[in-house]
Amino acid sequence: MKSELVKKDREKAAAALSASTVGYIEECLRKKSPNSYLISVLHKVQNEFGYLGMEHMDAVSVLMQIPSAKVTGVASFYHFFTFSPRGKHRVSLCMGTACFVKGAGKVLDKLQELLGIKVGETTDDGLFSIDVARCVGACALAPVMIVDEKVYAGVKPAQVAKILADYGYDAKKARK
Amino acid sequence: MTTEKTITLWIDGSKVTVPEGSTILQAADLTKINIPSLCYHPDLSVIGACRVCIVEVEGQRNPVASCSFPVAEGMKVKTSSTLLRRLRRDIVELILDNHPMDCQTCVRNGTCELQKLAYDLGVRERLFAGERKRIPVDKSSPVHRNPEKCILCGRCVRVCSEVQGVNNLNVQNRGFHNVVAPAHDSNMIDSVCIHCGQCVNVCPTAAFTEQDATETVFEALSNPDLHVVVHTAPAIRATIGEGFGFRVGTPVTGKLVTSLRMAGFHRVFDTNFGADLTIIEESTEFANRITKNEKLPLITSCSPGWVNFMERFYPELIPLTSSCKSPMSMLSTLLKTYYAQQMGIDPQKIFVVAVMPCTAKKFEASREEHKTPWGKPYTDAVLTTRELIWMLKCLGVDFANLEDGSFDSPLGVSSGAADIFGATGGVMEAALRTAYEKITGKELQSLDFDDVRGVEGVKETSIEVNGLTVNIGVANGLENAKRLLDCVVNGTKKYHIIEIMACPGGCVAGGGQPYPPKGMHVLDPQLARQRARALYSIDVNKSMRKSHENPAIELLYESFLGAPNSHLCHELLHTHYEPKSPRGVK
Repeated sequence: MKSELVKKDREKAAAALSASTVGYIEECLRKKSPNSYLISVLHKVQNEFGYLGMEHMDAVSVLMQIPSAKVTGVASFYHFFTFSPRGKHRVSLCMGTACFVKGAGKVLDKLQELLGIKVGETTDDGLFSIDVARCVGACALAPVMIVDEKVYAGVKPAQVAKILADYGYDAKKARK
Repeated sequence: MTTEKTITLWIDGSKVTVPEGSTILQAADLTKINIPSLCYHPDLSVIGACRVCIVEVEGQRNPVASCSFPVAEGMKVKTSSTLLRRLRRDIVELILDNHPMDCQTCVRNGTCELQKLAYDLGVRERLFAGERKRIPVDKSSPVHRNPEKCILCGRCVRVCSEVQGVNNLNVQNRGFHNVVAPAHDSNMIDSVCIHCGQCVNVCPTAAFTEQDATETVFEALSNPDLHVVVHTAPAIRATIGEGFGFRVGTPVTGKLVTSLRMAGFHRVFDTNFGADLTIIEESTEFANRITKNEKLPLITSCSPGWVNFMERFYPELIPLTSSCKSPMSMLSTLLKTYYAQQMGIDPQKIFVVAVMPCTAKKFEASREEHKTPWGKPYTDAVLTTRELIWMLKCLGVDFANLEDGSFDSPLGVSSGAADIFGATGGVMEAALRTAYEKITGKELQSLDFDDVRGVEGVKETSIEVNGLTVNIGVANGLENAKRLLDCVVNGTKKYHIIEIMACPGGCVAGGGQPYPPKGMHVLDPQLARQRARALYSIDVNKSMRKSHENPAIELLYESFLGAPNSHLCHELLHTHYEPKSPRGVK
């Protein structure tokens, strides 16, 4: 008794992810402990979409046959995974001890003020999102701000607007 | 038993010998010391989350959690000391610190394990103060979830996955933001929850409770315009006594009836009547299918937790599942049709209350398929056994000393086959008693089908009917049911008829049953066995033990329904199922 419904569920799930991710899941399922590849699959999905949407996690659940409560339980445990679309440019501020002592908190305040969003959020135009990092291991450069892949050292609140401008930030257009 | 290796250790100076691989807590069970515990549950996996069960082990620098620490040869264990006493007290106090202090108004007042521990361990003052989590209560479904009262012991998570195979619950988020919730922190009603209520049963606090119907029922009882009738499920008579000091397994049918009359119900009927009727309809359906050799196996549909599970996890089994409504819904439907007609009462003025051992019955009652043409549920309110116990206490009914009453006629007349519906295998046994005679035309010699009795997860047997070997499967607890159903789906085994009850042990251990008395625990096979014994004792003491011999049922068909599976029967007594999403992972 092969169920049409089960087949349809799988087709729908596969359509929510890219062919390469579906292929990777199938590869994982052939391995010894398929469930142990969940985190690795979630990494791949987040790389692809920039975040883990409900539909993505549900698709992973169906394809890997891991209950969705377990998938979201794992995903929500790790700081790395994010559940809303991230901005085109991801601004990450180090909040490690050294950076914090050297004024990262004030830099963050300025960043939030200028962009009108809080940590973990994305601007309405989808251009920027803010994250905080625990320690990026570059304490000598404190406070450190990273935009996409580029590292900015010794950042002061007054410099934030100028740095953002390089990525398309328009002070006039920005929210008050 | 194989000759397994044993370990000898010393607990508080007493010598104990246990099988290798036992934990200290299991070993301590053999001494007369109860090590306090909280997240530990003997029938679930061990997670060692709460640390309340810590003990000192000679040679170990720090105390260890006895629930997860394995015994070793010659080990010396201390279960009490000033250090342990203080540590345990502080652990519980820290849990309380993140807990609403509303014991007096809490539904678990008196049955709460955290409350009891706080008393036993001597938490008499509050030394710590800190932030408390604030998370709204999820009242979307018959199973209410209150994360503020959750102590993250994870028993619900384990029962939901290990016993029920539903896997709806898991710890979401991290650290202080930890919360036990369905996927995506969604509401229970939008999740794969099947409303079986086993999480309510295993929860040590009031983090999981049933939706309260008592106020609705009290209001109906005081409304002079309503004719309020009640019917009680087979399993209630075997368990409600526990709420009033009776020993587990004491049948109290007569007192139950009297107490309901005292509570003010105008008529007291028996869901058993619906059970007998279900058997007639279902065995007719079975006889038809087996004659035509189609849509086999027939799978029973009395357990609403199972029906929910089937629609979400095994939608491919919809065609095989009996179209019969459950006994509750059959009887409730008749009350607003047949009974209303007989009595000359406007059915819209009839308020039907069903006392059920079950939280999923609350969901069943609210289903669209079980609504009247005028849009109201056939069953207006469902009370769990626990709720009824409280109502009777609230009314001051001295249950233990009541005279025995008997159910009203005709919808209170039932056979012994109906009583055993409350135990796993009972529906099957009742169906076989009738189906055998219906198909063969011969009288059944022995009415007791011992092979389908007992609390084992899966039971299988075969009987000869007219030269045909009928293969029978019975499962209770949905993780067990999966084993049986996967054989059906994969075609690896041929069954003709299958009974599934969602709860482990059947309705006697349903999600709405009383919290077990001291010395027993939820999921304890002994608890289900003793409660079931009460039902089998009622059955064996009845002179009428086959559903088709129930004269009130015969009268109902003659005067109202026509023949079994007639057009009217299909309209009133049968239902349909639909695949539901989100779909569960088997």
